[in-house]
Amino acid sequence: MTLHKLSIKQLADGLRGKQFSARELTQHYLGRIAAHDKDLNSFITVTPERALAQADAADAVLAQGDGATLTGIPLAQKDIFCTTGVRTSCGSKMLDQFVAPYDATIVQKLDAAGMVMLGKANMDEFAMGSSNETSYYGPVKNPWDVTRVPGGSSGGSVASVAAGLAPIATATDTGGSIRQPAALTNLTGIKPTYGRVSRYGMIAFASSLDQAGVVARSAEDAAYVLQAMSGFDPKDSTSIERPVDDLVSGLNQSIKGLRIGLPSEYFADGLAPGVRERIEQAIDVFKQLGATFSEVSLPNSPLSVPTYYVVAPAEASSNLARFDGVRYGHRAEGAKTLEELYKRSRGEGFGAEVQRRIMIGTYVLSHGYYDAYYLQAQKVRRLIYDDFKRAFEHVDLVLGPTATDVAFKLGAKTDDPVAMYLNDIYTIAANLAGIPAMSLSCGFVEGLPVGLQLMGNFFDEARMLNAAHQYQQATDFHTQWPKEFES
Amino acid sequence: MSLSPEQVRQVAQLARLQLNPEQVEPYARQLSNILEMVSRLSSAQTADVAPMAHPLEMTQRLRIDTVSEPNRRDDYQAIAPEVQDGLYLVPKVIE
Repeated sequence: MTLHKLSIKQLADGLRGKQFSARELTQHYLGRIAAHDKDLNSFITVTPERALAQADAADAVLAQGDGATLTGIPLAQKDIFCTTGVRTSCGSKMLDQFVAPYDATIVQKLDAAGMVMLGKANMDEFAMGSSNETSYYGPVKNPWDVTRVPGGSSGGSVASVAAGLAPIATATDTGGSIRQPAALTNLTGIKPTYGRVSRYGMIAFASSLDQAGVVARSAEDAAYVLQAMSGFDPKDSTSIERPVDDLVSGLNQSIKGLRIGLPSEYFADGLAPGVRERIEQAIDVFKQLGATFSEVSLPNSPLSVPTYYVVAPAEASSNLARFDGVRYGHRAEGAKTLEELYKRSRGEGFGAEVQRRIMIGTYVLSHGYYDAYYLQAQKVRRLIYDDFKRAFEHVDLVLGPTATDVAFKLGAKTDDPVAMYLNDIYTIAANLAGIPAMSLSCGFVEGLPVGLQLMGNFFDEARMLNAAHQYQQATDFHTQWPKEFES
Repeated sequence: MSLSPEQVRQVAQLARLQLNPEQVEPYARQLSNILEMVSRLSSAQTADVAPMAHPLEMTQRLRIDTVSEPNRRDDYQAIAPEVQDGLYLVPKVIE
């Protein structure tokens, strides 16, 4: 049975046409997880009982002739979203025993839409990483080559979807954590505009950058689930009070006349020649579809990585101060004083990458360094934002590569944090500016997937998804499967 | 810009992190590399630029001042490492 090769629309039609039930569909995916996840480590927690109960509830709704497209469709939730009654670890020893007393807003919304949670996807610890090697629960493997990384931090989300262990997964993106792993695993991943999806119940890393989204096998699949996740939430003080556009109905529109900008800075040295070639071929496809291209300049984009590695650790050091061994999370045994309790709980509970970022953040916020680092980074952040504002006066979308190269080998960059950080050189600017951005597959180099990035103006998710869908109607890269996981 | 092992110990103290002694040396090297990469920021001309803390031009919403959350103390205490009689337990702070 190849249920796992069907799109969300096809699955919804199959459920309605009684070709299979939600229970059968869920069992199919649970069976695939049991058979294949030992090779990938894409789930931290699998929740078969909860999944089958949700599937039965969906079947009851469907039997009444009710429900919507997502009723009975399974998904993987990144283990950064709080789920009542199911451990939420955030990939950390600190939260190894943590069971949240409430659901994240997006968990509530997707449950209410009738989706079936298969389990909690592996991730870099506290979403800090670009290879999914910082997880307390071990690295995730790339289904296209299990000796390579799937990207990060949403490595479990992408590996589960790319291998057909889930039809779609939620993910989060602070500096590229949706787009870079999507690129490395042949998926479509979208980070919407900052504030479009509620952050309530999503464990905070860098609050002014964090945004939730999805990873999927097509732009159409992504549109259905992003639609259900988006919207105003009074529980998130940075949530935007603005109606959500219809992301699905415009997918089939022509993109004739769409103006796409090419930033020269994204095609400079450092981009692998094979990746450049695939991007250039994709540009030709967009031209055939009627899009027009012009050059745009984002002159401050080379400063986006240094800006990010001040702003994100600064916010992280503040956000992670809450883990004190007192109210929840790991607590060191036998501490004699309160200070010793704090220090040992945090020293034992956090892994090395999290500790590095807490220390960088603490340093750049400390007296004497604040102006030179933190304030200067905030000023450069505005320059980066202004670059995009100017670009979008002339173009509708900006197009470039998602990552400099295809997936690298496990362990290749774990001893060199700076080399690891440079993975996100093309993705970070969108988070700093707050604009929506996505990655979609545009071919292969020596059998490994290459990702193309589209960046849009604020709230232009529908236009981006339309362009991506039209590209996917004209190409078949996104329908390719990693051989070991196809049948 | 580089950090000495002594400075790493000071920052770890500020951040309330207990480091293993053998971690201090590699951390000093790695954090120095990160700060070196970050130091490129000083090249940007920012004299007249207003700092940007947040991507959205928004002000904090206000809401009616009424009780909106139920009291869930028992739920929150159930996930705490050590509680007694509705209180969180920590090592003795005052002699």
